[in-house]
Amino acid sequence: MSIGNIQSLGYILPELVLVLGIVAIFLIDLVVSDKQRLGEIALATVAVSLLAAARLAATPDAFLFNRMIVQDPFAVFFKVIFALSAMAAIWMSLGSREIKGANQGEYYGLLLSSALGMYFMASASNLLMAYLSLEFVSLTSYVLSGYLRHDRRSGEAALKYLIYGGVASGTMIYGMSWIFGLAGSMDFAQINTALTQGNPNQLALFIAVVLTLAGFGYKISAVPFHMWAPDVYTGAPIPITAFLSVGSKSAGFALLMRVFYPALSRPGADGTWQFLPGVDWPQLVLVLSMVTMTLGNLSALSQRNLKRLLAYSSIAHAGYMLMGFVVLSNEGLRAMMFYMVVYYLMNIGAFLVVMIVANATGREDIDGFRGLAWRGGAAPAVAMAIFLFSLTGLPPLAGFVGKFYLFAAVVRQQFYFLALVGVINSVISLYYYARVVRTMFLDFPDGTEAPVTVSAHNGALMWGLSAATIVMGVYWAPVVAFTNRSLQFFTG
Amino acid sequence: MEHILTYMTFIPIAGMAVVLCLPSAAHNLIKWTAAIATVPPLLLAIWLFVNFDRSQAGFQFIEHYKWIPSFNIEYFVGVDGISITMVLLTALLSFICMFASWGIEKAVKGYFALFLLLDAAMMGVFVALDFFLFYIFWELMLLPMYFLIGIWGGPRREYAAIKFFLYTLAGSVLMLLALLALYFSQTPHTFDMTKLMAAHASYPHQFQIILWIALFIGFAIKIPAFPFHTWLPDAHVEAPTAISVILAGILLKMGTYGILRINFGMLPVATAELSYYFLGALGAFNIVYGALCAMAQTDFKKLVAYSSISHMGYVMLGMASFTPMGIQGAVLQMFNHGTVTAMLFLLVGVIYDRAHHREIAGFGGLASIMPMYTGVAALAFFAALGLPGLSAFISEVLVLLGAWQRYPVLTAIGASAVILTAGYVLWMMQRVFLGKANEKYAGLPDINGRELFTLAPLAVIVVILGFYPRPVLDLMSQSLNSLNQFVLGG
Repeated sequence: MSIGNIQSLGYILPELVLVLGIVAIFLIDLVVSDKQRLGEIALATVAVSLLAAARLAATPDAFLFNRMIVQDPFAVFFKVIFALSAMAAIWMSLGSREIKGANQGEYYGLLLSSALGMYFMASASNLLMAYLSLEFVSLTSYVLSGYLRHDRRSGEAALKYLIYGGVASGTMIYGMSWIFGLAGSMDFAQINTALTQGNPNQLALFIAVVLTLAGFGYKISAVPFHMWAPDVYTGAPIPITAFLSVGSKSAGFALLMRVFYPALSRPGADGTWQFLPGVDWPQLVLVLSMVTMTLGNLSALSQRNLKRLLAYSSIAHAGYMLMGFVVLSNEGLRAMMFYMVVYYLMNIGAFLVVMIVANATGREDIDGFRGLAWRGGAAPAVAMAIFLFSLTGLPPLAGFVGKFYLFAAVVRQQFYFLALVGVINSVISLYYYARVVRTMFLDFPDGTEAPVTVSAHNGALMWGLSAATIVMGVYWAPVVAFTNRSLQFFTG
Repeated sequence: MEHILTYMTFIPIAGMAVVLCLPSAAHNLIKWTAAIATVPPLLLAIWLFVNFDRSQAGFQFIEHYKWIPSFNIEYFVGVDGISITMVLLTALLSFICMFASWGIEKAVKGYFALFLLLDAAMMGVFVALDFFLFYIFWELMLLPMYFLIGIWGGPRREYAAIKFFLYTLAGSVLMLLALLALYFSQTPHTFDMTKLMAAHASYPHQFQIILWIALFIGFAIKIPAFPFHTWLPDAHVEAPTAISVILAGILLKMGTYGILRINFGMLPVATAELSYYFLGALGAFNIVYGALCAMAQTDFKKLVAYSSISHMGYVMLGMASFTPMGIQGAVLQMFNHGTVTAMLFLLVGVIYDRAHHREIAGFGGLASIMPMYTGVAALAFFAALGLPGLSAFISEVLVLLGAWQRYPVLTAIGASAVILTAGYVLWMMQRVFLGKANEKYAGLPDINGRELFTLAPLAVIVVILGFYPRPVLDLMSQSLNSLNQFVLGG
């Protein structure tokens, strides 16, 4: 079913809510003096948009706006993730000391715009739409990561992000132009038909796919397009770093899955997929996945800045998630989607604790965490330990369950070497995550560190996320049911 | 008593929740709460001991519920003759170690909360019959153990804690892959250990060999078998007394228990093929190697730690023998080593609390200063060197007799190490307890009531099992004989 422009409006209620919120924030910014209100409005906007997105789960699948975007369970799943990420980022911003300066109206407006772009990324069904939404997310992210205008690192982050982003998206759109040339269409479903039924030049198609991969690889921070991540994560305000590491990465994955699965592969029997002849991208991504996780983990070993350490860790996690991508099965895709949920919990949580400590001490390096458990910061230290061990993948925490499903999908399709590399990487990652835990618990404060207190505002999110991390590690059946239901691409 | 195993596993967790709610300053309240939380599992363990049907080889006291239906993960627990001995040991040592921890002053609440979590995880490993559940409990032990060594340990605690953590995790991720491979080999996919055992004939040969080795590495790290043993001296020496007891008394047994339950139970063909090298020869080597290392130690606690490597070698050798005598000796040795080595670590703790060092050369003539301590220590160390009339003698002899029938050379090597054991034990006793009394320690108080309370039950068990091992042997003989037949027939 394909719907025209006017009728489509009813299906994009979540996006419309965001647009209204953005406009409202810019207008209200002119009249209110307490800028805190703007953040609260932004939070309420995203909450309403989340409800609207959840309501869409019950509506029938359709192509909207003359097949530019698509409404299906897959898109709804990611809209929920983006809304939750944006809410967490706004909540963190409200409790952050960094985000107290002027221009809060623009800040929250841009944050919502970025979320809006992600919504469209997850539901794009046309190369043009995919490119535009991806660029929209990128542009807003550049500005957000440079938001701390007096901090040179923040400026550096924005510039680096911009330059890398420009190169990556240029490469991607060049690749997309090849795909258009080969298939004669920009619509995903028509590309699939054209490439399956026609007999495209295999080398040309392979080059096109590789070039396109550059743009996605940049968004999910996979090697070799990861170089921006450590600098941007370090320089950007912490709430934005958290938002980028979860929201932006998930958006990249959403688009990656939609382009490479329904558009460039064929569903086979028994929940597996087959890639188009000649375009052996799984082999390529398989190597990228292993290199990404290994490089991310090895680089993280020697980091002393917590944001930088978490940046490398997030690169490694992109590698883990790619494991589910290369095995060409619905099980792998579901494992990726499930992993994004748990990754949201533990990664936002870890950045939140970094922010709590930075609020109190102004420090983001590991020495700022020395003896945290013994100088009044027992609560954030315990929460941080939960998040970090969950990132390592230890039971009974959510991160273990996420990794378990990924490894299960990999072993099921008999990629034993990939599985082995994955588990060895988990062991390596324990070393640097445990180093932070060691600094917090096993080292004792020398008396010069500032005491760390947690405001009720930040504490609420912190405890909520850590409780969810533990509960999801013990009983996750409802979430799995939700992700399993959500893996449905509408192809007309 | 329908849910006895669940109660035994989760009562400590309930205790942990209560401890966490208590005020941090109420040290005594916390200690008593934690100690009381280990009493019900001990009483239930005694009930289990009385009511266990010794004529059955299969699992008893089974509980079976769905947990995550979409992945066919179940909550499935039960005990058979192999695991019940370990369940008893866990309940007993957990209770005793609470009192051995009475001297903890730093962050008391955290210590006892983590300790109770560790208790629950250990119990869970021995009762779990769903492979996934087993893995969860197996990994769950790591977190509390890391903190218990890392926060309350000795001077090199940070190094020891992370080393223990990394080694064990490296082993268990291999187990995770093996577990998944087994899961997907069945239709419908299952983690149910009893089904995975029943399906042993369906595993291809090469699949069995690879899985066996992956699982073996995971378990060998825990035993610990050479060359994966290097975490042990660090962790045992740096850990606080009670944690050393738990490490040596229970955690090491998980390695051999895992091999019996999973490698033997699910992969009989590979077991029959690989046991000679991986269990027999390596076990005999461990016996000699551990004894030689122990002889070279100048640190009291390190000596005891290396003696554990040596004694666990007997377990491996006995398991590889595939004779009823050898395999029963092996499991009996697991139980006996648990009690004997627990005593040894407790005794080292007693002297360390008083003298604040553990250098063997720094003592001398303690027999005249602390006569009662010397008496208990003599009993424990004589048990460790295998003196007839004490428990370890029986199990070591059973192992050697059983192994002799198949591997005379390995048995001869293992048996000759008894001399080395006697050597390091007697030499240590001579230097510590005999000779001229060190003036510096003339005023040391003798062993106190609390310390005696922790040692006495173990001493009684060591003496009784020394001439009457039937109570423990009867528990396990049916299950072990049927496992042995299973592997030989595999």
